[in-house]
Amino acid sequence: METAYFVETIIKIVVILLIFSALAGIGTYFERKVLAFMQRRLGPVNVGPFGLLQVAADGIKLFTKEDIVPTNVVGRIFKIAPVITAATAFMAAAAIPFLPSFTIFGYEVHPIVADINIGILYILGIMGVGLYGPLLGGMASANKFSLLSAARGAAIFISYEVITGLSILAPVMMVGSLSLIDFNEYQAGGITDWILWSQPVAFVLFWIAAFAETGRTPFHLIANDHEIIDGFGTEYSGMRWGLFFIGEYANMFFISFVMALIFLGGYGDGSFLGALGLLGKVAFFFFFFLWTRAAWPDVRPDQLMWLCWKVLMPIAMINIVITAIVMM
Amino acid sequence: MFEAIAFYLFAFLTISMFYIAVTTSQALYALSSLAAGMIFISAFFFILGADFLGAVQIVVYSGAVMALYAFGMMFFDTTRDVKEKQGNKAIILGLSVISAALIVVIVSAPIIGSNIEALYPMTEGAGNVKEVGMVLFTKYLVPFEVAAVMLLVAMIAGIVLAGKKMDLSLTLMNEQEILKMREEDKNKKVLS
Repeated sequence: METAYFVETIIKIVVILLIFSALAGIGTYFERKVLAFMQRRLGPVNVGPFGLLQVAADGIKLFTKEDIVPTNVVGRIFKIAPVITAATAFMAAAAIPFLPSFTIFGYEVHPIVADINIGILYILGIMGVGLYGPLLGGMASANKFSLLSAARGAAIFISYEVITGLSILAPVMMVGSLSLIDFNEYQAGGITDWILWSQPVAFVLFWIAAFAETGRTPFHLIANDHEIIDGFGTEYSGMRWGLFFIGEYANMFFISFVMALIFLGGYGDGSFLGALGLLGKVAFFFFFFLWTRAAWPDVRPDQLMWLCWKVLMPIAMINIVITAIVMM
Repeated sequence: MFEAIAFYLFAFLTISMFYIAVTTSQALYALSSLAAGMIFISAFFFILGADFLGAVQIVVYSGAVMALYAFGMMFFDTTRDVKEKQGNKAIILGLSVISAALIVVIVSAPIIGSNIEALYPMTEGAGNVKEVGMVLFTKYLVPFEVAAVMLLVAMIAGIVLAGKKMDLSLTLMNEQEILKMREEDKNKKVLS
């Protein structure tokens, strides 16, 4: 039993790692195609059919590029920063149920690495640690723009964490558990049971915070676009930069899973249709990340802090108080 | 067996991280190893089955050390070594050994003096969060409330220190003084 469990866990970890590393690459293809469509361009078309092999070409480029560590950087921290981003993204995935449990060759598989009973808290905590990657990368780079980018990263971190925590608190109070599987069971009855209908405010707040958490466009402050360079990633090249990239895209997928599971009913009753529904919801959230990038400019760091502390946090508090009163 | 392996692995990692944090003269190494050590400590909570406390350890300390990074960014060039002033090394060594011994005595005194028993055993069927909640809101309600009041005091103090014109009290001023102050504020805004 012990050995079977051990082997099963290892296989699950490897499968999740492979799938989401590959998805990060394919995600860039979709991002470029969606942005091109919205901006009336063609996007990648030359490599392979519909430019699909562009992903492979980019991968080969990243892997074979010369790995440069500049002279004045703090060597060890500089090297470990990209690993932190990628590793924490995948560590957070340990508590996410990706699909309903299914039977394969007479063996029941639960597509979740560890069903700990504080799942959502663990996921948010580890994803928060993920912001250490850009911070350390920027601080160790010995580059003024990288340092500024790291400072903006710290500002985002201390602003959005409060919103994620407080917005998730109201649904947690309703469900009475922190495990994502319990969240799914609570909403198993169908569309009318979704927490989205009873907690719309919390849903919108969490969605806004998710953009800050993944560092996507309205809050893409860690790499300020009008500085033309890539913020914390300026001094990075080759696969070190690639690890930052994989971490960012994996985080986008994982936070989409979390949103779909908490607010939109997850995989429902666990049937095949429910599983497809979950993947559809995740695809929608991922598309929305890209859509926002095409439609909106970045905000300034002070605007983000103003928004988080003076607007969103009071709304989240009021939401919690109202939920508590209704529940009593 | 896995628990033993995990315990020794994380014990080694935690101690070496804190050792680096104390001995290095590079601010970025010290901060990063402090953060890493704090996060590795959460592994012990997970091994003991206290999942909630483990996650809280990660959330709280990753945020707290992030604030330290912000200060580090403000005060140092973090890519250079910090020159530390070291006085008499014998005094430093002696004082640290004495304080370490004192801490061991203080922590172990109640264990030796009276055998500590778990007065609130695990409730069957309740999750980790519920366990903590039940103890926190029954036996430890008063310390909990006191901690809340202390945090409130700290928050008010922070607002007063950081806010502008917090030394003035509108209730102690009469109408004319308030109007005069507003006029001055308007002029300032036009100038700036």
